Amino acid sequence: MSEKIKKFMYLNRRAPYGTIYAWESLEVVLIGAAFDQDVSLAFIGDGVYQLLEGQDTSESDMKNFSTTYKALGDYDVTKLYVEKESLEERGLTLDDLMPLTWEDEDDDWAEKDSIRLVSRAELADVLDDQDVIYSF
Amino acid sequence: MAIEANGKVYETDEEGYLVTLADWEPVVAEEMAKEDDLELTDEHWDIINFLREYYEEYQIAPAVRVLTKAVGKKLGKEKGNSKYLYGLFPYGPGKQACRFAGLPKPTGCI
Repeated sequence: MSEKIKKFMYLNRRAPYGTIYAWESLEVVLIGAAFDQDVSLAFIGDGVYQLLEGQDTSESDMKNFSTTYKALGDYDVTKLYVEKESLEERGLTLDDLMPLTWEDEDDDWAEKDSIRLVSRAELADVLDDQDVIYSF
Repeated sequence: MAIEANGKVYETDEEGYLVTLADWEPVVAEEMAKEDDLELTDEHWDIINFLREYYEEYQIAPAVRVLTKAVGKKLGKEKGNSKYLYGLFPYGPGKQACRFAGLPKPTGCI
């Protein structure tokens, strides 16, 4: 293809349930993954709750879609930036999040971590480097 | 729309996908296949069961590209290609097989 592969960033800023933003974002990512794009996701603010381990929606009317994040690796979406400050402000650490991995076909299917913990300043640089940013 | 099997009525949407996932039974797949002039073999069931397991685990129906890769890994390389999968499901392994499996239309299927 002659067109340059663009860098797409999906910025997730909201808690997973209560609004449809998190699920919509995930669906757009999965649909968009069919095209040749360089896809990244970032989780900031209440968005970090989307990756929390052990989500339980049985008391609400919403489907627990947290396991769908584990399919992202199959869709070659392997860059999930999590802002360190957002975790800290909520009393969370990386250990509170689901382990998300992808398998590197070029490295004998080695399992690699998808989540990249970055500081606010580092994330700003990542965002600066994108061609397109979608904010959810 | 709806399909009927064993005297039971199963509601489907305008594209023929089962409305209520939990209603699914193997006979639903057989009835849908009959309407598509297909007879389900063990090879078909391997894929249908695989899709149901994938949905159970990830809560989505995989896109064809993802399905192909995953089938190759789980059922063997000779099955993880679109020629084999389209041979089994001429209307598309994503759309047709997911429909038989009682899943929604695959995410990423346009």
